[in-house]
Amino acid sequence: MTSFILRRAASGLLLLLVISALSYVLLSIPNADVGRQLLGPHAAQELVDARNSALGLDQPVAVRYLDWLSSALRGDLGTSWFTNADVAQAMGNRLPVTLSLMVGVTVVTAVASFVLGAWAGVRRGAVDRAVQVIGVVGYALPGFLVMLVIVLVFGVQLRWFPAIGYVPLSESFSGWLSTVTLPILSLSVAAIAGVSQQVRSSIIEVMGRDYVRTLRARGLPASRVVFRHVLRNAATPALTVLGMQFVGLLGGAVLVEQIFGLPGIGAMTVQYTTRGDVPVIMGLVMMTVVVVIVINLFVDILVGWLNPKARTS
Amino acid sequence: MTGTSQGEQLPTVFPPDGTGTAEERVRARDALLDVRDLRVSFPGRGWRAPRVEVLDGVSLRIRPGETLGLVGESGSGKSTIGRAILGLAPVAGGTITFDGERVDNASRRRRRALSRDVQVVFQDPYTSLNPSLLIGDTLAEPLLAQGVSAREARGTVADLLDRVALPRDTVHRLPREFSGGQRQRVAIARALAVSPRLIVCDEPVSALDLTTQRTVMDLLTDIQERTGVAYLFVSHDLSVVRAVSHRVAVIHRGAIVESGEADMITRRPGHPYTRRLLLSAPVADPDRQRERRAEYERRFHAGAS
Amino acid sequence: MSAPVAASTAPRRSGTARRFLTNPQAMLSLLVLMVIAGLVVFAPLITQHSPTTAELRNAFGPPGGGHLLGFDSAGRDVWARLLYGGRNTLGGAALAVAVALVIGVPSGLAAGYHGGWFDSLASWWVNMIMALPAMVVLLASRAVLGPTVWVLMVVLGVLVAPSFFRLVRGTVAGMRGELYVDAARVFGLRDSRIIARHVLAVVRAPIIIQVALVAGMAIGLQAGLEFLGIGSGSLPTWGAMLNEAFTNIHREPLLMLWPGLALGVTSAALVLLASALRDVLEDRGTAPATGRRARRAAAVPPTERDGVGERADLLSVRDLAVAYTLADGTSTEVVHGVDLDVRRGEVLGLVGQSGSGKTQTAFSVLGLLPEGGRVSRGSVLLDGTEVVGAAERTLRGLRGDTVAYVPQEPMSNLDPAFTVGDHLTEPLRTKLGLSRAQARERALDLLQQVEIPDPARVMASYPHQISGGMAQRVLIAGAVSCDPDLLIADEPTTALDVTVQAEVLALLRRLQAERGMGVLLVTHNLGVVADLCDRVAVMREGGIVEVGATADLLTSPRDPYTRELLDAVLDDAPARAPWRPREVGTR
Repeated sequence: MTSFILRRAASGLLLLLVISALSYVLLSIPNADVGRQLLGPHAAQELVDARNSALGLDQPVAVRYLDWLSSALRGDLGTSWFTNADVAQAMGNRLPVTLSLMVGVTVVTAVASFVLGAWAGVRRGAVDRAVQVIGVVGYALPGFLVMLVIVLVFGVQLRWFPAIGYVPLSESFSGWLSTVTLPILSLSVAAIAGVSQQVRSSIIEVMGRDYVRTLRARGLPASRVVFRHVLRNAATPALTVLGMQFVGLLGGAVLVEQIFGLPGIGAMTVQYTTRGDVPVIMGLVMMTVVVVIVINLFVDILVGWLNPKARTS
Repeated sequence: MTGTSQGEQLPTVFPPDGTGTAEERVRARDALLDVRDLRVSFPGRGWRAPRVEVLDGVSLRIRPGETLGLVGESGSGKSTIGRAILGLAPVAGGTITFDGERVDNASRRRRRALSRDVQVVFQDPYTSLNPSLLIGDTLAEPLLAQGVSAREARGTVADLLDRVALPRDTVHRLPREFSGGQRQRVAIARALAVSPRLIVCDEPVSALDLTTQRTVMDLLTDIQERTGVAYLFVSHDLSVVRAVSHRVAVIHRGAIVESGEADMITRRPGHPYTRRLLLSAPVADPDRQRERRAEYERRFHAGAS
Repeated sequence: MSAPVAASTAPRRSGTARRFLTNPQAMLSLLVLMVIAGLVVFAPLITQHSPTTAELRNAFGPPGGGHLLGFDSAGRDVWARLLYGGRNTLGGAALAVAVALVIGVPSGLAAGYHGGWFDSLASWWVNMIMALPAMVVLLASRAVLGPTVWVLMVVLGVLVAPSFFRLVRGTVAGMRGELYVDAARVFGLRDSRIIARHVLAVVRAPIIIQVALVAGMAIGLQAGLEFLGIGSGSLPTWGAMLNEAFTNIHREPLLMLWPGLALGVTSAALVLLASALRDVLEDRGTAPATGRRARRAAAVPPTERDGVGERADLLSVRDLAVAYTLADGTSTEVVHGVDLDVRRGEVLGLVGQSGSGKTQTAFSVLGLLPEGGRVSRGSVLLDGTEVVGAAERTLRGLRGDTVAYVPQEPMSNLDPAFTVGDHLTEPLRTKLGLSRAQARERALDLLQQVEIPDPARVMASYPHQISGGMAQRVLIAGAVSCDPDLLIADEPTTALDVTVQAEVLALLRRLQAERGMGVLLVTHNLGVVADLCDRVAVMREGGIVEVGATADLLTSPRDPYTRELLDAVLDDAPARAPWRPREVGTR
């Protein structure tokens, strides 16, 4: 198991390295004259050149990348070209907002999907059909359309929750809760639709396996067989899908933070990428990849714990 | 082609690995297929795992029109021999000679040409036919691969169906409309399409019901009498092998432990493993089975509780 | 392979087409999509207004005067913007899907079919792309490539190509092991022909379904990008319309309705079409394999049967019928009025070919028929308790200590997530109420009884770590753990090698004798019957044709079907005569 984790971690680091190099090179293609952009069209050429060389833009791409990499390894992601803000610090300020959102969505999705999916898969009948309809509808509507409808109904028309704004958890719990409820709800709809379908179908599949019949033939109560054996075996594919949903949430966060006016990583992404602020974009991409690698590793460990075959071979 | 009686008196050619039993009776120049010291290994599971030796120096010969039965248990490597002959398993050592020509590790072009002479019938009639192709297209496949025109192929396909006693309208149907035995007939017809000289039959009757098994075996024997095709007949069931094979080779853990004429091997087995295989299979007669059971216990369970 | 030899493939194709045409969901969603596509393509013919002409005095103006849906915040005609916007939105999505297909399908085919280094490399790339959130990558690409919607759609195509790659690669890699692909290689077919003929036929349907799903996803993502206002500012798209409406959400919420509706209806129609297509195209299994299961009653009266006279004390089955509800709602009977008796300490063999209903009969006794199956009539008395129609609680009470079950496939009958020890101790603790330590001790004892060397090690092993023969011993140990009176063994040795079979048969015989169990032994092997059984019942097409003492039935069968079965046994078939060279010139 340890060697398994180490191997996955090593391949994650390799992935990080490849993506960083690739992104850096690609991002360096268009910014020919950042100095001119910063100083405006009327600035003297010498000043522009000086600015460019201060930013290191007169160096070849490979040199710039290695510079960036060596400081990144020391935890220094550089400063924004346009605002001079420290990239690591700026992301650190915004990360809690996005993370609390994502964790909230994942908890809501996991609980709701397992309850709905298990109920549908075990009981079948009307519940099953209802869950399938939810699945198709949730999948059929684009995620951000659902967000807009939720804002419109609960925020603008009913005014149950604020349609916009954010209160940090450290200031007030109830304030935080009221500002994140709608965003979490909007992101959860599609996720629940997807994951509950997976839970349902893998439970149905496991229920049909031979060992379930054999366990019941031993005189074990059906409920015990479902909770101890079926759920455990059905959880593996469902966890994989949940992990993929989490990755998708990073993209969803961009939209949801924009719609609900939350000061998170997603909103930051929109703000800086449109200007082509390479140090910030690099920081964001690296953070995204790290989050993805950590999530995948976490899912792998969980699956290995649930499924001895994945662990031992 | 000379007779065996003559061959028996001639100095024999021993297989190079020294396991030579009755195999030496088949002279190299009589053999249609000559496999010598065949080795096959697969990469082990896991990182830097050692390679798994599946075949550890197997030698066998098949004469034109002869059936060699190859019997062994799961994991013995019996199917791998057939797959190596067909070019579906990598040959790590040894030689495979067909009609005087080396064919192990043959080029793809040569392998394609060879497919005119060497064909196959697999065990599972449910997965050996493409479920989404009509039977007619499946049967025409080897013909078209050999460059026969579609028109000509259509005629041959109808003829093939007659030979395996299937109705001609079978061509317009999908495999799922047929039972296991009927599908196996289709698979046999497909193998016969190009008039091969050798067919590798990999457990061709194992997936079939008892009564169907018998008719398919009869069909194979009948085709052999009429066309002179040779079979390598791979099976785990000694009673099946005994009924269809001229000679029988017993394989255990990647090596042939004994081979000889069918009657000989099954009546007077020389190797303890062959004896064990024979006694393990229960017979459908309570009295005789009781005796066999007692003998089995005596030989193999002397020390057990 | 341009000329199919089978005269035509028409019957099959028209079958699919008919299923499609008669599927209301498929037709309705297709119709909706065609109407939307028509409106969008012929936009200039449908409205003469320009989507970009802004007249501020009309801002938020109501419908009227040829302006079907009124005006937006800049005084542009909403209907015209909707139609022209659809061109960009749908066109962009189509471009993304095309790019994804062009990249994903060929690479998936190559990786799945050939495997090797290309497969490893491509799969690594794909995992990398899939690990990245599409929205973030699109935003970053926009920084590089500029705000051109078409270029971004190409990037989106690259990002969603993995969904095609994985689908195709997975399907093809699964096929690579199929025997018919091996067969095609043996026939000398070139790889390109094998792919065109065998592989494409199989992946075609999943790809079509995936296209609809990916198109829906692409529309959503593209509209999301436009909604963020980072697409191309001037071009009308549904996403940009939503963005513009959203900024005026408090003033005129209705403006969100039209683009939202267009977007929602289009992607819903695509997803519904995909799910209908799945039903239509992947519907391959509804026709049951003929010959596998007899459909009608065999009206052959048994020559001799249990059921006359009094019922046995341990197991007594009378007039048992089992029916299955099929997918189309109709019902088919697979067991028709079976009578059986097993007395205490007796071994009864239930013999028949595949599909004769013997396993269904055994499951009925356990009350564990697969989903869709039910006992439609008759009575099953187990140690004096009626099983048919009994409550789950009653059945649970009987299972384990009155009746136990040994299955056919040892491996698939052990839960892969639990150790052998867990499998044995769990029933002991729930059923007999033993403590953890007692149960463990009992389990070790059981493993010893089934002649497993080193029981402590096996206890701690997971099912995939032990051999098939060992697993079958574990299942037998589990079955006898609570001292059952009746053991139902369903082909207990069929999946085993013959030498292992001999040992398992010896084990079963010993346990049966020691414990005085009754055994219902389901098998197709008459040798196994001769080895173990006191009496035999022969089943055919869901009915019993003959019952008798083993020696009588095997030596002097009365029913012609029993005789046919015995004739097919090869025990006494002569060995084939030695090979003789053929006459020269016969070939």
